[in-house]
Amino acid sequence: MSYARALRCRKCGQEYPVQPMSVCEFCLSPLEVVYDYKAMAKTVNRDKVAKGPLSMWRYRDFLPTEVKEIDLGTGFTPLVKADNLGREIGLDRLYIKNDCLNPTYSFKDRPVSVAVTKAREFGFDTIACASTGNLAASVAAHAAKANMKACVFVPASVEPGKLIGIAVYNPVLMTVEGSYDDVNRLCALLVQRYHWGFVNINLRPYYAEGSKTLGYEVAEQLGWRAPDCVVAPAASGLMFTRIWKALDELSMLGLIEPANTHMFVAQAAGSSPIVNAFEAGSLHVLPVVPDTIAKSIAIGNPTDGQYALRIARQTGGGAGAVTDEEVLAGMKLLAQTEGIFAEAVGGVVVGVVKKLAASGAIKRNDLTVAYITGAGPRTQDTVADVVRPLVVRPTVESVEEVLGVPA
Amino acid sequence: MAKRQVMFTFPQERVKEPIIYNLGQQFKVVTNIRRADVTEAKGWVVLELEGDEKDIERGLAWVSSKGIRVDPVIGDIVEG
Ligand SMILES: Cc1ncc(COP(=O)(O)O)c(C=O)c1O
Ligand SMILES: [Zn+2]
Repeated sequence: MSYARALRCRKCGQEYPVQPMSVCEFCLSPLEVVYDYKAMAKTVNRDKVAKGPLSMWRYRDFLPTEVKEIDLGTGFTPLVKADNLGREIGLDRLYIKNDCLNPTYSFKDRPVSVAVTKAREFGFDTIACASTGNLAASVAAHAAKANMKACVFVPASVEPGKLIGIAVYNPVLMTVEGSYDDVNRLCALLVQRYHWGFVNINLRPYYAEGSKTLGYEVAEQLGWRAPDCVVAPAASGLMFTRIWKALDELSMLGLIEPANTHMFVAQAAGSSPIVNAFEAGSLHVLPVVPDTIAKSIAIGNPTDGQYALRIARQTGGGAGAVTDEEVLAGMKLLAQTEGIFAEAVGGVVVGVVKKLAASGAIKRNDLTVAYITGAGPRTQDTVADVVRPLVVRPTVESVEEVLGVPA
Repeated sequence: MAKRQVMFTFPQERVKEPIIYNLGQQFKVVTNIRRADVTEAKGWVVLELEGDEKDIERGLAWVSSKGIRVDPVIGDIVEG
């Protein structure tokens, strides 16, 4: 039994029974799962969590699913103290939540695990999504594990190399000849016509909740406390809002002291509608046309943009964006200081942390957690210019010559 | 009959035009506004359209051709 009580509109407060649905019928705003926290408070505690499995499902009591989970072994990823990177950018207590280390190499396994479990519970036999890579791979992998059918839609412009990491799980893979907007439109029509569980459409409220585990884990790994500062990337803004929701819930339930975390949004300058709104002091997030190498977070019209924005403001956090050049530099810096090869989104986060430290928005002594949400190898060509090998003949002399060892 | 939930974002020079009224009149689409914020500088409107699928498509194409950005209300679905 879960403690999920209803779906509630984030804007007007209208409630709906737990069902496949994501938008309020009245004001067309996103719906969110609400829980019976009174009942939850009676059963959850640190010891119970500690006895759970070494995966995101140790936080089952905080998630909205009723049936046995579809789990690939997602979560409980390392939180590492990043002393080398911290020294480079002037932070003494910098940690990295390394979510590259998930079964399909990105944090998306967290929301997808919950969405697919919920899809099974609702009686769907097909799960679907539209994605340029990470999400599609995760959906296809979970469908394989769950013995369900997966239908994934990919814009035809996606690099062919990315398709391998999706196709290997054998989903029904459709490349759509058209723009991103065409794919958006197509999926909005399909979800009305077919009884499919679209993880980020009709299952979105449940999908969202999986990302809360990014917040719970960090608090537990820090010895049950909230960080002083969090820097996390935002595309739709959903994950960012759920990291905060997790810290807020843990405080409310008494598992940690009241969270006083400053939440910072990281985006690529070529796709930064949330950062733009933050800087303009606006409440509304104006859509943009994305243009950045950080393709996984290139979303121009973010569903949860205004909610991410509100959290950044209310927590005394902020928002930062970096250019593609800074993204590449960030990727290399992370790899070369901490040994973590992240995809471009990781470069965005590192670049933004660096800026925030330099501007004093994050102080040297703040306990700061940077979320690195996707691994590098799927898109490793992004940094192909790092390959500059020293060419040698198969002799010791030749090696010593290129190393400059005096004869 | 089909339904479509969309957000229009108006640039300053279009704020004063009766775009939504004309959409209803010219394309036989029923327009139902749910949320909006319009100032003299710019504006956005979230609305539900109801009508024949083809009429909605043609109507939205016309709105776009007026320089108004049309987005699905649920935001971008294609994720990373
Ligand atoms: C690696 C990575 N990080 C972060 C995000 C952002 O997630 P959200 O849409 O919840 O803001 C995505 C996906 O969109 C992603 O693929
Ligand atoms: Zn509502």
